[in-house]
Parts: sequence; C-alpha cells; structure tokens
Amino acid sequence: MNARDRVLARDKQVGAATVRGEDQRFLTGSARFTDDVRLERMVHAAVQRSPHANAKILGIDTTAARETPGVLSVFTASDFGGPLPLIPIRLAPMPGLERFLQHPIAADRVRYVGEPVALVVAESRYIAEDALDRIVVDYEPLDPVTSIDQAMLGKALVHEAVGSNIGSHYHVSRGDPAGGFAKAEYTRKERFRCHRHTAAPMETRGMVAEYDGAVLRVWGATKVPFFNRRLLAKMLELSESSIDLIETDIGGGFGVRGEFYPEDFLVPWAAMQVRRPVKWIEDRREHLMATNHARETECELEIGMKRDGTIVGLRAIVMADLGAYARTGGGVALARAPQFLPGPYRIADYGCEVYALFSNKTPVGTYRGPGRYEANFFRERLLDMAAADLGLDPIALREKNLVSAAEIPYDIGKLVPWEGSNQYDGGDFHSAFRQALAAIGYASLPKDGAAIDGRLHGVGVACFTESSGAGPSESARIVARPDGGYEIYSGVTTMGQGHETVFAQIAADELDLPLSAFQVFHGSTAYVDEGWGTFHSRAIVVGGSAVKMAAESMREKQIALAARRSGLAAADLRLSAGAVLRKDDASTVLEISSLAQAAKDGDAEARDATHIKARFDIKMRTYSYGSHVAHVAVDPETAQVQVLSYVALEDVGRVINPLLAAGQAVGGAVQGIGAAFLDELIYDDSGQLITGSFADYLMPTSTDAPPVIPIMLEEAPSASNPLGAKGAGEGGIVAAGAAVANAVANALSPLGVKITALPLSLDKLAASIRAARRESR
Amino acid sequence: MTLVDFLRETLGLTGTHIGCEHGVCGACTVLLDGESVRACLMFAVQADGANLTTVEGLAPPGEMNDLQRAFQAFHALQCGFCTPGILTTATALLRENPNPTEDQVRRAISGNICRCTGYQPIVRAILDCARSRATATGEGRAK
Repeated sequence: MNARDRVLARDKQVGAATVRGEDQRFLTGSARFTDDVRLERMVHAAVQRSPHANAKILGIDTTAARETPGVLSVFTASDFGGPLPLIPIRLAPMPGLERFLQHPIAADRVRYVGEPVALVVAESRYIAEDALDRIVVDYEPLDPVTSIDQAMLGKALVHEAVGSNIGSHYHVSRGDPAGGFAKAEYTRKERFRCHRHTAAPMETRGMVAEYDGAVLRVWGATKVPFFNRRLLAKMLELSESSIDLIETDIGGGFGVRGEFYPEDFLVPWAAMQVRRPVKWIEDRREHLMATNHARETECELEIGMKRDGTIVGLRAIVMADLGAYARTGGGVALARAPQFLPGPYRIADYGCEVYALFSNKTPVGTYRGPGRYEANFFRERLLDMAAADLGLDPIALREKNLVSAAEIPYDIGKLVPWEGSNQYDGGDFHSAFRQALAAIGYASLPKDGAAIDGRLHGVGVACFTESSGAGPSESARIVARPDGGYEIYSGVTTMGQGHETVFAQIAADELDLPLSAFQVFHGSTAYVDEGWGTFHSRAIVVGGSAVKMAAESMREKQIALAARRSGLAAADLRLSAGAVLRKDDASTVLEISSLAQAAKDGDAEARDATHIKARFDIKMRTYSYGSHVAHVAVDPETAQVQVLSYVALEDVGRVINPLLAAGQAVGGAVQGIGAAFLDELIYDDSGQLITGSFADYLMPTSTDAPPVIPIMLEEAPSASNPLGAKGAGEGGIVAAGAAVANAVANALSPLGVKITALPLSLDKLAASIRAARRESR
Repeated sequence: MTLVDFLRETLGLTGTHIGCEHGVCGACTVLLDGESVRACLMFAVQADGANLTTVEGLAPPGEMNDLQRAFQAFHALQCGFCTPGILTTATALLRENPNPTEDQVRRAISGNICRCTGYQPIVRAILDCARSRATATGEGRAK
C-alpha cells in the first residue's frame, strides 16, 4: 500500500476531530504543573544574577546572606570544589562553538545580564529572595558587545581567550552561485534584520530536586529528559540509573523550555548538598533574562533573475547574535536559516556565508521554527522587492519559480555542514499556494495601497518549506491491564500539544478500542528505556509511529496467541474491543483482560502479548510545506496596522486530529504575527535588557490577535513513517513574519516605504513612513 | 503574603497560577466577591471577609460546568496554564453581560495572555457558552 492509499483507508479515530481527554484536569485546576509539586521538608532556591553585561568578579561576600534566619546555604562557584563542569552542545555541533560553552555558575567573569552568580537555599522563597539582597558582589564592569556589527568588529571581546567574537564561520552552497549570477539580467541586494525575541511560555522554568542518598529525582523535566539525564549524571558523577527526570504538566515550551540550563545542574546539586528537596521556580523577570532568547539574525541577501522573473541565483551572508555563550541548541537556528533561505523555489545555484557571533546578551536557543521564521522573512521580502522592480505580479513571480510537483523529490543539497544532503520528499507547492490564495479571496481583496476610510490596504504572501521528524528513534510501550484498561508510555514529552489524545487515537484504531480505554504516560525517564523527546515537530512523526508499531505488534501477538491456544487459524481471527474474536461468527476466543491477569500471575506467554515495547527508527527527514496570506489595513498617520484576515495553510501529510492540528496552526500564526509587531528583547548600549517585564515585553492579546483561517492539507503523505505524518507544530509560525511584512509593505507601496527589518512596531514603522515621506518631498 | 501565594501555599489550591507576578498576564485571576482580580497584586489579608472563587470552585469536584465544557469542545486550551485565569475572567464577564458580542469578549479577556491558542477558540467557546445559556433560559434570540 502506498502512502496515499494509507490515508484513504481511513479508520475511525485517526482523522477524527476528537476533543482532548486531558482537558478536564486543566479546566478544573487539578493539573500538576512544576510549581504544584510539593514535597515534605522542601526548601526553596533563588538565583543571584549578574546585573552587568560584561564584568570581572573581584569578590563575592555571602556572609550576611548566610546569617539570614531561615537560610540553609549560599553557594557560589568557589563552593563546588574542583573545576566547574561545562554545559555541552546537544545538537547542531557547529565547529568552533565548543570554545564558548557556559559553566553553570560564574566564577570570575560575567558575560550577560542574568548570568547566575550565586544560589541561595532557604526555608521559604520569601527568605531566599530577601537573602539575595544581602549578597555583595564586587564587579569591575568592562565594555560590552551589544550588536552584530560590534561583534564582527571585535574591538571588545566576549571571550578574550578565544580571541574573536566569531564563533564559527563557514560557507555552504549548491550548484554554481557565481555561474548563476553570470546569467542574471537583474540583481538586487538588500540587508535584512530579524529582531531578538523569545517564546515566553506562560509557565516559567522550574524544578524540584530530591536526593535520598541513592536516587536523585527531578520534577519539571520537559523537551529532552533522557538527554538531560545523561548530562546530569555525567556532571554529578552519578549513574544514569540513579536519576529519574520526571515530567509534570508543562505550561508551554515552544523550544525554549526543557533544554539543559545552568539551573538544571545547580538545583539538583544543591539538593544533594542540603539533603532536602529543593524547589526553584523562575520568576518572569528572570525568565526574560535567563531563558534562551532567539531569532536575532541579519542577512545580506542578493538575488539574480532573468527579466521575466526566473531566478538564476541566490547568495547570502547570514550573521546571528548567539549571545554570550553557546547553549545546548548550539547553532540550530543559525544553521537552519541558510538551509531554508532558498525555500520552496527552484534555485539551482545558491551560496551562503555563515557567521556565528557572540555578544554580551542572553544566550540564544531554539524557538518554534528556528531559522525558518527569519529566512522566510528575508527571502519573501526580497521576492516582493524584485517583483516591484521588474513590474511583475508577486503571485506570478512565485508560481514561475516554485518547485513543481514533477520535480519532487527535489534535492536541496548539503546546506548544513554536519549533515548529509536532503530532499523535499513530496508535495505540490503550487496546489498549496493556489488554495491559500483562494481561501482568503485574494483576487477580490483591496491591495497595493488601496485607500478605504483613510487606511491603506495591502496583501502579502509567503511560501515555505519546513523540516520535521528528527531522528534517530522513539520508543513506545503499551500494557494491557486486567481491568480492561491500556497504558501507553512514550519517550516524547508534551507541553500542551495534546499528545495524550493523539497517541490514544493512533492506538485505538490498531486495537479497535474506544479512546477511554487508554491512559497515556509520557516524558519521564522511568517510562521507557530510551526516549528522544519533543522538538523539531517530531512527537507525532516519530513518537506516534512508535505507538502505532507497538499497538500493531500487540494486536498481532494477541491474535497469534489466540490462534495457538484455540487451534484456529490466525487469519480467521480479529481483535476488537478487548477480545480476540472469530471473524465468521464474532464469538470470543480470548479475553484480553483475562490474558492480562494471566500475565500478572506469571504466564510468560501472556505477558509477551500484553506488555509490548516498540522502537521506531526514522531514516529521513520529512518536509511539510505551505503558504501564508495576510490582508492588512495600515493607518499611514499613526502606523497602526490591523491584520484583517490571515490564511495559514500547510500540508502536514496526514492529519491525526483536525481540531488539534488547527489549534497548532492558529496558535503558531498568532505567535508569529504578534512577534512581527510586538515581541522584542531590547538592549541598551550598556547591555542592559530594557524589556525585562511583561509591561515592556509585549505579546499579542485577544484584541491584537487577528482572525486566522487554518488549513491543513493531506495531499502528500510522508513516506518516512507509517502514519504518513509530517510535522504540524511549526508551519503556523514560520511564514508569519514574512507574510505580514509583505502585506504592510504592499499597503504602504504608494508611499514608497521600505521594509527590511522586523519588528514593525509602532515607533519603527512610523519612522519608516516619515523617512519615506521626507524622501519623496 | 500575596493572595495568590496564600491560595497556593497555605490552602493548597494550585489551580490558580503565577505567570508574571506583576499583574500583566492574568494567570492568577480569581473572583473576589464576583469581580475578577489579580491575586498576585493583593495581599491575602486584603481579602479578609470576602467571598473568593477560584477555578476549583467553578463546578463541583470532578465535574465541569458549561463554560469549562465549551472550552473543551472548542479546543480553547493547549498547555492549560492560562486557562484558570481565563475561565474566572469569562465567568465574571458572562455574569455582568450574559449576551456579549465577540468584540466585548475579546476586550474582557484582553488582560489574560495565552501563548498557545491565538485566542480564537477561547472567544468562540465563551460566545457559544453565552448562546447556550441564553437558549436554555429562553431569553436568547434564535440565531
């Protein structure tokens, strides 16, 4: 059966817009988030953080803090005895970044506002925070590096021992970029900038660590618990089997939560010292300065075209500000931006120079759609500029250059140095684009600066591709219980996506059971032998496939066992509603609950058919794709932009649950649209973060959020996995900055406003409008 | 001690969440004598003698009321962290204005930040709950 037939052979649960079983605990206040974990004799930690962007530490006096009633201990770097461990890179091992790793606590130098300097453990959080004020740190401030230009210039150095702020510098290409440009009849080069912002999940980071002398348990794990356990074991010199990382309910992740941060070492280490459970919950101010930032990237992009709009070459210099240290996410976003710069277009000749730069700002990590949000903005903006220069329709220009269905699989080359070459594995980009335009009613929308009631209307489009399904593998385990219930265990984690319902849907079809038969457990290191976690839109693609394999295996084993014991042929039996039945008269041959009881009583054969483990190994990345279209109205006097309608369309191969998939698309789009106008982490020249609260760091509210039409296509099921699924969690955000920027530029085209940078915040857009008016005078 | 710390630490009512501790995100919203307030911006003693409702009190234990069921039906929550604050805010809205327009719903919950849903399903869930209540009490216009 090919991938397409598998989708057509749709059965009951997969594909149904089922409401989530997990909702009740969230709606009634009985969920258990990290700060809801409460242990006997638990004490509380608070972190002293650097107020300077770049400074030497001359001395730390903790005497007064230690003497504060209720304080158990104050830890600084000197308390660790011996060399401090370094936090390594988990993925995207960009050569050179290993010279910029962070210690969990600063010893003699701080490099960003928010870097941990001391940890207080006290009987209450109130006491711990008060004691922070009694720690005296003697700093000698140094000149900070606060911009990409300063980092490149290298007048001040973030890490003197390295001798440069350039952490990595490499070149990737496909075809012959110089040859391509030699054929160009038109070229245009622009410098673009995407701003520093972050995910800001509603629950901040946090954890509770308890050590009983034999076992270390840490609640609050998410994203990649197995990797983090391996790391923590090494850093604490414990065996992995003596550490459990336990997943709680998680209030949003979006890539930033669950990586290994300094506190992921400090808090467990402190719990081992004080021999009482230690809770640490990040406050919002800390979150904005200590949790990974993202996206700050500049790009010099040049396109070569024929007069008819055929792209003949693309070349770029991509520079990203990674902040003060290389975090676990290494150079993911920076490496993905060059990979996705050519996007879904037929660009045979492409080259990109990449610079990883360090500065005295908070380190960066991955945030939903890393590198894609930035790259799509750069490319789609330049395409519209080129279309305007050549007098071409921006839709026709894209249709001319989109890779056609006949050209797929399309080789995108080796654009990430430490990876092999990749292919777009399936799809019809033109079909997706046409459907997005039709859904918003593109042809009849007012655009190109049409003035209605004093506002200028514009429409912007953006086409994209998006990779998902990172390997190597994922585990699942299914247990049939004597009471008729089934337990599904998965190595992936969940931060709100609804995997509990989706995994139950997948297993329900294989075992022909209602959803209510299942309980889904995920994330914690005790559940499966090995897990790889949730990132790169892999939970369904890889984790869901493992669940499907485990359920298939359970069905086959139970039918085989029933056949052996009854003497009937397996082909004459089927599994339904917790029993193996004869196909001819539907009479019961074997009750699975009895089998589960027998397994409990020691029947090895019964156990083998009721306790199933599976591991799905994925051999290739899979690429979803789609188009976004935005319709905006801009008040040219106030620079107020209203997004009137928005289509976020993505082909995700196979939609397991349309209700949840639409939720990902709408939520992602609003996050991305919001970021294009609001979210910005702003630093002043001294390296102080001046958007360190939710009063300053703005995110879209219900009155900002535009109406979004989510469209999920299933035209190109993936051959990479038995579900046919492609990632669905990031397609909503990746093209949002691009589409709204193009729409605003289109609205303001009569004024000649040039848009090359995000965000389009009120002040910046107003300044651009003023500049355009001055120029036209 | 702040009201939200009192609810969570002293009473063990952990359904009320802390998202920013400076009154912007709305995750800690509770009903104080029926009015929605930020539990992170007041001291517990200021609530002395008042009638407080948290998310735990919206329906009998183990049950969900019509608003909560509408949130489930419309997939108006993903991570669920902001949800208790939005439910209490919407409860106050529907008591004061049982038949709100979409614009009024959006304005009412504009002090509650949700990072997951994009608000669209939340607004629909609240409107649907209002319509169902109006129909049930015979006051609603057929739509």
